[in-house]
Amino acid sequence: MIRLVPRTETAPVWQVATPILAVLATMIAGGLLFAVMGYDPLAAIRTIFWDPLFGQAAAYSRPQLLVKAGPLILIASGLAVGFRAGIWNIGAEGQYIIGGLCGAGVALAAYPGEHWWLFPAMIAAGAAGGWAWGMIPALLRNSFGASEILVSLMLVYVAERCAAWMAFGPMKNPEGFGFPGSRNLQQYPSAANPELIAGTGAHWGVFAAALAVLATWVLMSRHIRGLHIRAAGLAPRAARFAGVRPEALVAFCLGLSGALAGMAGLFEVAGPAGQITDSFGSGYGFTAIIVAFLGRLNPFGILLAGLLLALTYIGGELAQLTMQLPAATVQVFQGMLLFFLLGFDLLTRFRVERRITA
Amino acid sequence: MRAEMNESRQIFRHGATLSPTCRTVQLPAARFPVYAWNGLTKGTNLNAGIVFRAEGIGKSYPGVRANDDVSFDVREGEIHALLGENGAGKSTLVKMIYGLVQPDDGRMELMGQPHRPSDPRAARAAGVAMVFQHFSLFDALTVAENIALGMENPPPRRDLAARITQVSTEFGLPLNPARRIVTLSAGERQRVEIIRCLLQNPKLLIMDEPTSVLTPQETELLFATLRTLAGQGRAILYISHKLEEIRSHCDRATILRGGRVVDSCDPRAHSARELAAMMVGGQMREIDRTGRSAGTVLLDLRGLTMAASSAEGTSLKDVSLSVRAGEILGIGGVAGNGQEELLAALSGESLSAPGSVTLEGRDLSRAGPEARREAGLLAAPEDRLGHAAVPDFSLSENTLLTAGGRKGLVRHGMIDRPAARRYAEAVIANFDVRTPGPGTAARALSGGNLQKFVIGREVLQAPRVLVVNQPTWGVDAGAAAAVRQSLLDLARAGAGVIVISQDLDELLELSDRFCALNEGRLSAPRPTEGLSLDEIGLMLGGAHGMEAAQA
Repeated sequence: MIRLVPRTETAPVWQVATPILAVLATMIAGGLLFAVMGYDPLAAIRTIFWDPLFGQAAAYSRPQLLVKAGPLILIASGLAVGFRAGIWNIGAEGQYIIGGLCGAGVALAAYPGEHWWLFPAMIAAGAAGGWAWGMIPALLRNSFGASEILVSLMLVYVAERCAAWMAFGPMKNPEGFGFPGSRNLQQYPSAANPELIAGTGAHWGVFAAALAVLATWVLMSRHIRGLHIRAAGLAPRAARFAGVRPEALVAFCLGLSGALAGMAGLFEVAGPAGQITDSFGSGYGFTAIIVAFLGRLNPFGILLAGLLLALTYIGGELAQLTMQLPAATVQVFQGMLLFFLLGFDLLTRFRVERRITA
Repeated sequence: MRAEMNESRQIFRHGATLSPTCRTVQLPAARFPVYAWNGLTKGTNLNAGIVFRAEGIGKSYPGVRANDDVSFDVREGEIHALLGENGAGKSTLVKMIYGLVQPDDGRMELMGQPHRPSDPRAARAAGVAMVFQHFSLFDALTVAENIALGMENPPPRRDLAARITQVSTEFGLPLNPARRIVTLSAGERQRVEIIRCLLQNPKLLIMDEPTSVLTPQETELLFATLRTLAGQGRAILYISHKLEEIRSHCDRATILRGGRVVDSCDPRAHSARELAAMMVGGQMREIDRTGRSAGTVLLDLRGLTMAASSAEGTSLKDVSLSVRAGEILGIGGVAGNGQEELLAALSGESLSAPGSVTLEGRDLSRAGPEARREAGLLAAPEDRLGHAAVPDFSLSENTLLTAGGRKGLVRHGMIDRPAARRYAEAVIANFDVRTPGPGTAARALSGGNLQKFVIGREVLQAPRVLVVNQPTWGVDAGAAAAVRQSLLDLARAGAGVIVISQDLDELLELSDRFCALNEGRLSAPRPTEGLSLDEIGLMLGGAHGMEAAQA
């Protein structure tokens, strides 16, 4: 019989070592998978992890790194705050979609007027939309004890239907020749979220993500509320004793992560995506969960993890183009990464003991 | 497998005195009462009367030598006390006897046979039984069902019930096998554990701080039972930190300090102070009660009624009390009678009806913990790890849980980390907290040291009223004296103090007035001066199971 025995001490080095081990294990397992499927494993790994940065098409794919990492980091920063408190917002994808819809709604309502305040108003609307969508599970948990995990996850699918309704209905571009989807905000100067530094891919959302990393770091390690959040996650009774009201904490964490996810949705719809379509939700909200854990719920760890996951997105697409790898490759990779991370984490906290029982 | 072999060997050994039917049942209880060692030890005069002997026992954990060259013996018919501060190595020692851990060096003997149990089952089979400080009983099951669960081969329920009744009357421990655990008092639950042990017919019975949950009357009853057991030739190894109790009831005492045996004596020939001095290896600090006078009323509770916070909790029923400046109010009672709820109602974790909690004329009933601290009402809960402190936080971070506002460690929400560190250092220095420094995690501290830190964190904030729940629970004698003195000093400086405790000696030592919390009701306070133990016992709700005798 094999048993897991808790370790008495965990060396701090494992905090850093497990994400690296998980990435290596993902490469090995992924390579094996590709070999079984009949692809050259070394070439595939190289295409996914190396070529986007240093290969022939790097000039095109390198800016994509920040474009993809921006929303991931922005969303994960908010999620990590809640995860530290033991509040599990799994529905960032829904908050992202609603944020995008609200921001785009403001822009489309103002169309075609050019105003200096339009873009800031869109950011506020995006954040408010995500916040409101996050407050639904918060209210249900606080008033009825409903699990925020289930409610926030279910609301993702509601949000996806909302996006489809908007794309086919109220937000459909009147000059779009009947195609579903809204006007393209990239062609509406006051509402556009353009690349600010040419060739880097950095748009306003990337700066917002950097700001979010700094702000959550200050919150979690320098502000009393961050201390309360960590206390609530580690010892809820001690947090209560310190004066934390659990209901307020639930609302704060779900509201914050919702608002950041909503902002990420707005930056996406006004920038890289350009318009609301029925497939606006692209999975950033779910991938951000992996980013948060891979980054050890630490703001700077999340920064690195966001860049790495962005790389798997871009590399996966590149592998589809050049090697005809299936489109599911990226998702398999991301899934394996989380699997190995959680597995290695388990082994740092427990040791495996084999016992022969009579 | 090994345990079973031991057991069958033992039954074979006892075979001469057993009827064949008993042997087929293979029930430990069926062998009761059979005193195997009388026959076994008679031949070997060298070991006559010695039930258990340890020679040069040593045990190391990473970074600590828990036991070093420990030698002692326990004789037939004696109640043998094992005395020592927390961390002196008492628990490690008894865990080795009970097979929970294995010694690194030395050897143990039980009834002249080598004793090296690989697990508790083997130890039980060899004749060692242990009653733990914390009970392992299922609330929803009956007494008989709980006892059956702890047996290797439980007999039919009716036979077992009959055995339980027989044993319980034989030893004067009234207990009905059909009652559910949830309906029993702490004292009665302990009886279940003791009877469970007695059914195994142990030669050596280990008791780990058994009286910490008992009323004085229940304690007397327990010692009468232990005396009966000893009279039958069993040996009892008794762990406690209550010196008076050991002095009046134990025959011999082995004193451990720093993992080594420092002395072995007759506790009746020494004063409690002398015993404490042996334990801590120096002079005990004299508790100084002087220099206090009761002033104006600081804290007033009027008709405080509150529903239980959980299914196992106790609701508070119309609790009223007042505390004056310079006064210590002692609240006695067995834990689980509303103590935690009362602390929560005072700390602000639970809110109550308007007007029920007033501090210096200010209604705080609807104020949360932070507002109450600001007003000067501070609290230190019973559970050090997880309630009073976050185990994974450093001591500096733990100061921020309660001292952020009053000590200016947090300004506009931003943490002043150097100030928090300095405050943690001040608590460590003033309260003699033994720790490498303020960066140490709370979980790395021993119970006594963390308790000194938790109390010190509140005391140094100069509260108007401080409420503490079980301030010295599981704390060694030296640390307990330091904590008690700090509460007295605080009262002398003009603060009001409420001490909620199960330890009557502590309450009698500290408090000016005494009241008891029983099933969520608070008795009227009475001056501690001149209060007898019997009167206190009655205030605490009397001895459970003895109501008939007193009626």
